[in-house]
Amino acid sequence: MGRTLAEKVWDDHVVRRAEGEPDLLFIDLHLLHEVTSPQAFDGLRQAGRPVRRLDLTIATEDHNTPTLDIDKPIADPVSRAQLETLRKNCADFGVRLHPLGDVEQGVVHVVGPQLGLTQPGTTVVCGDSHTSTHGAFGALAFGIGTSQVEHVLATQTLPMARPRTMAITVEGELPDSVTAKDLILAIIARIGTGGGQGYIIEYRGSAIEKLSMEARMTICNMSIEAGARAGMIAPDATTFDYLRGRDHAPTGEDWDAAVAYWKTLRTDDDAVFDAEVVIDAAELAPFVTWGTNPGQGAPLSASVPDPASYEDASERHAAEKALEYMGLTAGQPLRAISVDTVFVGSCTNGRIEDLRNAASVIEGRKVADGVRMLVVPGSVRVALQAVEEGLDKVFTAAGAEWRHAGCSMCLGMNPDQLAPGERSASTSNRNFEGRQGKGGRTHLVSPQVAAATAVLGRLASPADLSEARTPAGVR
Amino acid sequence: MEAFTAHTGRAVPLRRSNVDTDQIIPAHWLKKVTRDGFEDGLFEAWRKDGDFVLNRPEREGASVLVAGPDFGTGSSREHAVWALQNYGFRTVISSRFADIFRGNSLKNGLLTVVLDQAVVDRLWEITEADPTAEITVDLEKRQVLADAPDGSTLTAAFELDENARWRLLNGLDDISLTLQNEADIATYEAARPSHKPRTIDA
Ligand code: SF4
Repeated sequence: MGRTLAEKVWDDHVVRRAEGEPDLLFIDLHLLHEVTSPQAFDGLRQAGRPVRRLDLTIATEDHNTPTLDIDKPIADPVSRAQLETLRKNCADFGVRLHPLGDVEQGVVHVVGPQLGLTQPGTTVVCGDSHTSTHGAFGALAFGIGTSQVEHVLATQTLPMARPRTMAITVEGELPDSVTAKDLILAIIARIGTGGGQGYIIEYRGSAIEKLSMEARMTICNMSIEAGARAGMIAPDATTFDYLRGRDHAPTGEDWDAAVAYWKTLRTDDDAVFDAEVVIDAAELAPFVTWGTNPGQGAPLSASVPDPASYEDASERHAAEKALEYMGLTAGQPLRAISVDTVFVGSCTNGRIEDLRNAASVIEGRKVADGVRMLVVPGSVRVALQAVEEGLDKVFTAAGAEWRHAGCSMCLGMNPDQLAPGERSASTSNRNFEGRQGKGGRTHLVSPQVAAATAVLGRLASPADLSEARTPAGVR
Repeated sequence: MEAFTAHTGRAVPLRRSNVDTDQIIPAHWLKKVTRDGFEDGLFEAWRKDGDFVLNRPEREGASVLVAGPDFGTGSSREHAVWALQNYGFRTVISSRFADIFRGNSLKNGLLTVVLDQAVVDRLWEITEADPTAEITVDLEKRQVLADAPDGSTLTAAFELDENARWRLLNGLDDISLTLQNEADIATYEAARPSHKPRTIDA
C-alpha cells in the first residue's frame, strides 16, 4: 500500500523503532525563543549536558520584544530578564541567536522560512504550538513543550507516537474576496477545535495547489487551532521557487539532489488517510470569529448565532459563555460589530504578502476616528521589504501605526495590549479570553478584512468599502 | 520526574469545555524563568470571581481536577502543567485533552486520564453533591474509583499506552532513556544527506 506525505517524512526520520515504544525521530531543525527555553537550558546545566547539534539549532527573540523604542532598554524588568536569560543561555552553549535589533530577528515562524532553513522533507520543532506553520513546505513540523525542548537540545531526537493522518481536500476556485485565512477559519469552524486531534492534516486539492507559499503558511499555521499535531502541504514548483537562492537553501549539486528528493514527497495515489474532509472552495466567503475559540466563526455576512441553536450541550454552554465574554447578543449582524483596535501582524498574517494585501485595501483611505490600527511586521526582513515598497507610508498616511517586528498584540506579552472590554479585529490566530490583554475581545480576520474594518470602524470586507464610496444614486 | 502509581484526593469539578492554556496560565506569567511559583497564576482571570469553583473553601487542598472536553488546547506552554502541579493537582480527568498538553503532562508526572463524557458527568455530580468525596486514580490497575453519596461506587477503566505508563510508574527521565540509544543516533547522523539545512557551519 502506498504512503501519505506525512508517513514518508516520518519514516525518513526514524532513528530507532522498537515494539511497544514510540518511534525515536531525528530532528532536522530546532527553533528556540525566549519564553519556552529557559527551564530547558537549566535542565541541561543541571545534568552537565551540552547541546548536541548546534548546527541544527537557532534562536530568536519575539514574544516579549517591544515594538517601539527598541534602541532603549526594555521597560518591563521581567521581560528584560527573560531576554537576557536567552542571551546568556545562547552565549554559554554556543547557540546562534538573532536578538532584538538584529536584521534577522522576528517571529520565529517567519524567520525559519525566510532564511531558507525550513525545507521539504525535514522535521522541524519549536517550543511553540504554531510550529505547524513550517508544514507549508512539506516539512513535518510540530510544537513541543519545554521538557521536549530540553530533550531535543540534548539528543537531537524526540520519542513520538505516530499520529493518524487526515486529508482536507479543497477543490475549485476560491472566490476573489476569499483568502487563505478565510479558508482556514472556515475549516476550523467546520471540524471544530478538537476535530484534528491526534492527526497530521494534509491540505490538498486544486485550491491549495494554487496558493502562494505565504498563503500556505497561513493555512498550516492554524492547524493547531483545529487541534491537529501538524499540518502539511506537498512541496511543488511554488515551494522550490520560494526556496531557491535563500541563505540556507542548498546550492549546486546539493540543490539538484534536494529537489530530486523533494519531488518524491507526495502522497501516493493508493495511500489511505485515516480521515477525510472535502471542501468546495467556491462556496467560501470572508470569514470572521464571533466567540472565544477559533472554531466559533461564521461568514462575515452572517449574524451572531443563538446559543440555543446548538444541539450539543457543551457547545451550547461554550457559546453562551463566549457571547457573555464578547459582549454580543444573538442575532446581531457581524457587520454591525464595531471595533476599537485593528491588529495586522503575527506568524499567521505578518508576512510581506499580508502587508501588501492590507495596504492595497487601505491605500488612499483613512482609519476611522477613534480606531487604533497597529501594523507589526513578522520580522525585520519583512519590515525592510515593506519599507522598500513604500507600504509603511501607505499605512501611516492612513493613520495606522507602523511598528517594529515581533509577536506584539498577538499575545500581549509586551506593552501592545487591549484594555479590558476593548474589541479588536486581529489577523492573529487566537481569540481566547484575555489573549490580547486582560478582558480584551478579539475577532480573528484576514488582512483584507482587518484593513476594511479599520476604515469603517466595524467588521467589514473590502467590498463594503467600494459600496460605501459610491455616492448614493450612482450605480 | 516524580513517579505516579496511585493517588487519592478530593476533586475540583470544572464544568467548562475548551479550556485553553491561556486560561490555565495567562501569558504574562510566562516571563518567569523557573519551573515553580506558578500556583497563583493558575486560572488567574477566573479566580477573580469569588464564586469560581477553585475559590470555594470546601475545594481547598483538592488534588484531582475533573475538567470538560478539549482541556489544554492552544499554546504549547508547559507552564500550564507546572501551574496545575504547583497548585497541588496530581491528576486531571477529561473526555478529551489537546495533544501537546497531554504530552507535556505525562512528561512531568501529571497524569491525564481520559474517560467517557458520561463518566465525567457522573464524577461532576458526585463531587458537586459531596465536596468531601474522594476520587482514586490507580495507574497500576488503570482504574478510577469514586464513592457516590448513595453508597454506590463508581469504577471506570482508562487506557494509557504501555510505554507512557511504564515511564510514569517508574518516574523515568526521557533524556537518559534516549541517550542509551546514542549509537543509533550517531548511525543516523552519519547517513544524513548533505543537502539538509544547517544553521551554522559545523
Ligand atoms: S506571533 Fe503569536 S502565535 Fe505566532 S509565535 Fe508569536 S505569539 Fe505565538
